[in-house]
Amino acid sequence: INHIVHNGGLYKRPFNEAFEETPMLVAVLTYVGYGVLTLFGYLRDFMRQWKIEKCQNATEREEQKDFVPLYQDFENFYNRNLYMRIRDSWNRPICSVPGAKVDMMERVSHDYNWTFTYTGRVIKDIINMGSYNYLGFAQKAGACQEAAAKVLSQYGAGVCSTRQEMGNLDKHEELEKLVARFLGVESAMTYGMGFATNSMNIPALVGKGCLILSDELNHASLVLGARLSGATIRIFKHNNMQSLEKLLKDAIVHGQPRTRRPWKKILILVEGIYSMEGSIVRLPEVIALKKKYKSYLYLDEAHSIGALGPSGRGVVDYFGLSPEDVDVMMGTFTKSFGAAGGYIGGKKELIDYLRTYSHSAAYATSMSPPVVEQIIASMKCIMGEDGTTVGEARVQQLAENTRYFRRRLKEMGFIIYGNEDSPVVPLMLYMPAKIGAFGREMLKRNIGVVVVGFPATPIIESRARFCLSAAHTKEMLDTALKEINEVGDLLQLKYSRHRLVPLLDRPFDETTYEETED
Amino acid sequence: VQEKEELIEEWQPEPLVPPVPKDHPALNYNIVSGPPTHIITVNGKECINFASFNFLGLLNNEKVKSAAQASLKKYGVGTCGPRGFYGTFDVHLELEERLAKFMRTEEAIIYSYGFATIASAIPAYSKRGDIVFVDEAACFAIQKGLQASRSNIKLFKHNDMADLERLLKEQETEDQKNPRKARVTRRFIVVEGLYMNTGDICPLPELIKLKYKYKVRIFLEESLSFGVLGEHGRGITEHFGINIDDIDLISANMENSLASIGGFCCGRSFIIDHQRLSGQGYCFSASLPPLLAAAAIEALNIMEDNPDIFQTLRAKCERIHKALQGISGLKVVGESFSPALHLQLEESCGSRENDVKLLKRVVDYCMNSGIALTQARYLEKEEKCLPPPSIRVVITVEQTEQELDKAASLLKEAAQSVLN
Repeated sequence: INHIVHNGGLYKRPFNEAFEETPMLVAVLTYVGYGVLTLFGYLRDFMRQWKIEKCQNATEREEQKDFVPLYQDFENFYNRNLYMRIRDSWNRPICSVPGAKVDMMERVSHDYNWTFTYTGRVIKDIINMGSYNYLGFAQKAGACQEAAAKVLSQYGAGVCSTRQEMGNLDKHEELEKLVARFLGVESAMTYGMGFATNSMNIPALVGKGCLILSDELNHASLVLGARLSGATIRIFKHNNMQSLEKLLKDAIVHGQPRTRRPWKKILILVEGIYSMEGSIVRLPEVIALKKKYKSYLYLDEAHSIGALGPSGRGVVDYFGLSPEDVDVMMGTFTKSFGAAGGYIGGKKELIDYLRTYSHSAAYATSMSPPVVEQIIASMKCIMGEDGTTVGEARVQQLAENTRYFRRRLKEMGFIIYGNEDSPVVPLMLYMPAKIGAFGREMLKRNIGVVVVGFPATPIIESRARFCLSAAHTKEMLDTALKEINEVGDLLQLKYSRHRLVPLLDRPFDETTYEETED
Repeated sequence: VQEKEELIEEWQPEPLVPPVPKDHPALNYNIVSGPPTHIITVNGKECINFASFNFLGLLNNEKVKSAAQASLKKYGVGTCGPRGFYGTFDVHLELEERLAKFMRTEEAIIYSYGFATIASAIPAYSKRGDIVFVDEAACFAIQKGLQASRSNIKLFKHNDMADLERLLKEQETEDQKNPRKARVTRRFIVVEGLYMNTGDICPLPELIKLKYKYKVRIFLEESLSFGVLGEHGRGITEHFGINIDDIDLISANMENSLASIGGFCCGRSFIIDHQRLSGQGYCFSASLPPLLAAAAIEALNIMEDNPDIFQTLRAKCERIHKALQGISGLKVVGESFSPALHLQLEESCGSRENDVKLLKRVVDYCMNSGIALTQARYLEKEEKCLPPPSIRVVITVEQTEQELDKAASLLKEAAQSVLN
């Protein structure tokens, strides 16, 4: 289904998102594939139990054999029999900066992935399509790295205290002011880990008697934060505004279950870009709904900050909306800023409240100073405050790369999910054997890709996920596309039935980003 | 439909956050200008640092900093991905190996955030329906891990083995009523080596006996005792001379003795390997920046090369523990060799708020005279068993004997002037 939406003027530019349906034959074959694997899994487990085959698993201590078993046998069925076969596609160790090209340590396995040995050789200059390096700030030299080195020699690496005790450095204050300016909000607060930002602050904002409306495909950190808060959670279909509106209406009209008392507050949890689907949240519609039903919006911009928008300020900038409409703007520094950590931005009352009641402020160590400096330097670069136009150029380059890459893949005939403008590009593989094959074939051709299967995705919708970067040059993308084309033919991955008419290879013009008309 | 429209019109939600009074004690942070090392500049004043958990003084160590610099030049700052997707660097693998070798276990796993370490480890093993016996004084990270696991939590009184045994016996009688369920219900005991909230150590030998008697697994949280207790700094198992394989899982954060960021779990491969796929903070979060991992490796090198610093640290703790006895109005809470002590009011003045204000005046007095202290901060509404308000005193190996004596006498003075 192809959605090009204008929706009564809420959108200032076409919103083009596509999730092509799984072809019937492919779905059937995928199920058959999993069925065969499961049968073989049972067979192998049987052989292992009867000692016909050697059991390679680590086992419990002799002294503790009569304790209640730590793992249910069935829990690990998938792990032992399916994951183990293609385990070499994940946890690949690298030994250089995770930029556009990366060096990987070579690993071999002599016992079908149960154990790995490192040969000692290093595979050099692999085109990196897996790291979240959207604006190319993962660099080992340059202004950001020098600034971080200076701060490291002055401040040291650790902090050894929490924000509320003795861990609040002047650097943190500087960073928070900068983040607030970058986002266009009154105030901001930063935390040492992006995952923890969600899981520790959502419980501080909502509690029992509140309602959380969370998107179907929200990240594990949002789900954990929602669960820990103790509020009631209701799920709406992915990016589906009718589903969300229905839930909102029902919630206000019927109140809490059993007692019928009205809800204390309603919080909508959405993400800017969903990393497994490549879709962008329908923010104008969500904001319209939120205003109509008087609820609060929590926007997790882990992947979209820095990667979307004409000035890199995220999904709010991309749609041309006002940051004041989003109550809680959350994001991480890991992806576009080449550092680590997370932030929450919003009104001053919100941030003051979080400074007092956030779990992280009271119990968790604050951010490391060189990491803080890296964020400050890269943020200034994006905003153009370092005196160069490097930041602006990178944002443009990323947008160009995104459009180009997606267009070419669609022309080749692959099924690509997600929004036209999202730098996260999922390419559908479906069948379990192709997951392993794709990863390995691409590595042979010196391209590093990320493949994902169950349980991160629904069982028949396994995919390869490309993360584009401003550091990728057109040559690198062309090389990658050529190899993907070859591997696609080899593995018969070109499932799409809507072939795009290939455009003549024209250079990019100014309409890459249509300026909003006021 | 008309009614529904009216209901929607009428409903008024609470404000997103309630307003916070401007003078709330936790709102106004101390601002530290410059590095939080031995001499620290807090709110413009230069003081001796008795508040950062920099036990081995490695925060300002030149070797650690240069190892981190080398790593910065090679890898940049961030890792741009979780461990599963090109976020595993050779430094991470090296650090895991070194930690496993240091603690003499089979395997170790690293997390990028100290709080997330134990908070992700517990729910990876303990699920709905399992039983966890946990000490009342367990730190907040453990409490959040337990909440995320949805297991049955049974609290036993702090360090009270008789209470724990009573709970275990009760559980045994429950089991006999329903043996089928008992065969699949996992049981765990979660304790800390050196408790953050009280400064005591747990009686580990008795716990081991209880472990084998009632078939319960032990998870040990060693954030404060790693790098402090034991002849070589291996923690409480070395302190008591217990075989490390008897403890199922040891979890610690690298933010205290190792002066870096992050945390690790170590134990047998059978146990640790499971977290690589089910530890939420491991799978769904970016990995530790390589410069911090390199700093931790160098800190481990220093710990291995200078095993006498642990004894020095403990001697300093004993000294100040003795010096702080007998302050009128304040009592010392914590073991004599614990580097993180609490000073609580001997008599509360009625409400927690007033106690906090009184302690703040003591802290301010000390800060104005050159000793940086802090109150122990808690989230009052969220803690299961809220400890009483206290001043945290942290001893590091860098503090000289004069400085220790100065701190003790200053505290005496402060207590005299404020509390009497």
